[in-house]
Amino acid sequence: MTNQPKKILTPRRQVIKGIAAGAALGATSIPLWGRYAQSQSSEPIKIGFQVHRTGIGAAYGRWYDRTTMAAVAKINSEGGINGRQVEIVSEDDGTDPKRGAEVVEKFATQHNTDLAFGTLFSHVVYGSAPRAGELKIPYFVVSEGHHVASGALNRYTMQPGITDVKSQVQAMAPYVASTLGKKVTMIYPDFAFGHDHRDYFSAAIEREGGTVVEKIAIPPTETSFTKYFPKIPRDTEVIYHVMVGPAVLTFVKEMGEFFGSSRPEIFGFIDSLEAVDLSSPGLEFLEGTYFWEGNPRYAQANQSEYDKAYRAAVGVDNNGASVSDSKDVATYAHMFGCWETLHIVKAGMEASGYRGTGDRAKLIEAVEAMTDMPHSHAHPQGAKRFNGKTHQVFGHQYITRVSNGRLELAHTTSIEDTLYPDETDYTTQSF
Amino acid sequence: MMMSDSKKSVVFHLGFLALLFLLQFILPAYHHGNLARIMVLATYAMGYNILFGYTGLLSLGHAMFFAAGMYGMGLTMTHLGWTAGPGMLAGLLAGGLVSAGIGFLALRTSGVSFMIVTLMFAQAGFLTILYFGEWTRGDEGFVIRQADRVFAGIDLSHPTYRYLAALLLFGICLMLTIRLMQSRFGHVLIAIRENEERTQMLGYDVHFHKWMAVIASGTMAAVAGAAYALLFGYAGATFASVQYSIFPLLWVLLGGAGTALGPFIGTLFMFYLIDLSSSLTTAYMLIAGVALVLLTLFLPQGLVGEWRRKMMPWLT
Repeated sequence: MTNQPKKILTPRRQVIKGIAAGAALGATSIPLWGRYAQSQSSEPIKIGFQVHRTGIGAAYGRWYDRTTMAAVAKINSEGGINGRQVEIVSEDDGTDPKRGAEVVEKFATQHNTDLAFGTLFSHVVYGSAPRAGELKIPYFVVSEGHHVASGALNRYTMQPGITDVKSQVQAMAPYVASTLGKKVTMIYPDFAFGHDHRDYFSAAIEREGGTVVEKIAIPPTETSFTKYFPKIPRDTEVIYHVMVGPAVLTFVKEMGEFFGSSRPEIFGFIDSLEAVDLSSPGLEFLEGTYFWEGNPRYAQANQSEYDKAYRAAVGVDNNGASVSDSKDVATYAHMFGCWETLHIVKAGMEASGYRGTGDRAKLIEAVEAMTDMPHSHAHPQGAKRFNGKTHQVFGHQYITRVSNGRLELAHTTSIEDTLYPDETDYTTQSF
Repeated sequence: MMMSDSKKSVVFHLGFLALLFLLQFILPAYHHGNLARIMVLATYAMGYNILFGYTGLLSLGHAMFFAAGMYGMGLTMTHLGWTAGPGMLAGLLAGGLVSAGIGFLALRTSGVSFMIVTLMFAQAGFLTILYFGEWTRGDEGFVIRQADRVFAGIDLSHPTYRYLAALLLFGICLMLTIRLMQSRFGHVLIAIRENEERTQMLGYDVHFHKWMAVIASGTMAAVAGAAYALLFGYAGATFASVQYSIFPLLWVLLGGAGTALGPFIGTLFMFYLIDLSSSLTTAYMLIAGVALVLLTLFLPQGLVGEWRRKMMPWLT
């Protein structure tokens, strides 16, 4: 396989004609779209992989890359898509929205890939999606942001392989209220990601008869958290935390020092500790606390044959680390989204009889027509339900408890726990 | 009849703009899109160049001006339902006001203190955007809908119109810069850069001229920010972060500080250096860094600066 970019050449005669006409008519009459080439049906299907190789998302990007390559190897070994092999064309977006938009442009107009795929960080999705819509290239994000389902993006942008933060957060409330406690103090970063947690969880816990007794927003530049812990009310039954970035280790350590042996129940989102070894110094305090996981990092007693096969294909051991380096911990709660998204692309292309970039709209329509996706080798995280109107998938969520340094499954939500009313209908937008 | 140096410079730059106009007909789609983006970013760098290249004031906080324009436009369009024209105007005004205010305060310092004060103000601006996440959507930012990106009936999301809009913006700001630097006002700015004490001794109001330079520089940066959001459909806090204050400094240094075309050449060079090297290695910023060190060592006046020194001493 080759990743060499395919040049899109403009015939010189057309150029000269264009210049001549331009002098009289002005440049606005030149149809740039006419220069876009169509890929041939005999060529491999090219998938542009927008990967966070550098920047704040690099740890996620490394594992998104491994998962993507494993999924493509599986799909190709099973005959590819519509008899064609799949080729991944990777471009680093530096976890930056400006570069992200440039990468999408590069996929659409230089590499001429059939679609773009794989973005995780929400700000990169927001920065890139408008260009995907304008260039009319399907853009399959694996981000868990609420951006797609909120209606902020466009018909070419979809999130069929991973659930969004709104559904994840609201699905936690019934378990937190019934098992851990009803008086919750939330600690979250003071930017959009944290605000989503604050707003969605507050509403969900109130529906369960609980209440958020204090909301503690931590500025993003904070490096020490000691001064925030005294703000936690004494009657707090549960601390809900969702810190991200390198400061999380300090956060946990200082929280442990503050509470000592007497602490309320603690529930957090594993986003804080993705790619972080639970045996890292300072994390001992997490013993007995609970986490949301999109997909359990540690192989569970009831592990499905699908998770077993997926784990082996990507190269992850039963502790959620690389089989070749036990210190290289996976972003297991999120990366399955790449695997599942690529299988949905395959299913969509096969259902629509996809032949080339001229069939991109048919691919979108085929994915929009999808509904229930059974737990299978294509969906090793669990069964899913896709909403074609909102372009967002819904699925089971997992709550695990730290026990002897391992995350052991405590609860699995239903898909119904994650549903909420539609906020948009992309199918009403034209292509 | 021999042309004067200033006329030669104007003709040369008009010729360069004509070349950019013609390039749209032959460039492949990818490079066509890139050039539109580079022209907008080069406009930002040209704004920076007014302060750094011509006046000799090194700011490390220009991202706040770029973001002021971006959010001035984006927020009025998103929350007040303004159309693109008034939105751009709001971006321009926001940039003018912010640069007037920051300039008034920051110019109470000089040298390294000026750098630090501008850096701190920019960081405060960045955190302000995050703090008011309810309106700004903080770090995630927000999309400006394609349907709203229409000016006088022209869809600015269309690649051809986007290119022409970027060229128009770049062309106006380039010619304004040249005109400004050929004026008495511009000569005073250059005099301040060369010898501030002597300029003051000659009776010029140095502080006022520096303040005007901050306002002109910040407003041009803000217009570029507003245009970026309008043409590419996104406004986000990343553009207010410190790296976007460093970028224009690098672009201007590479291209040639104190040259009208240097910011464009520097932006173009840096863009393709990163674009090409990122397909070879993840350490592409290292390549960019080495290139910068080499250029600083061997072409200390930047690409256009050296060009001017050796071949075109009349270049503005």
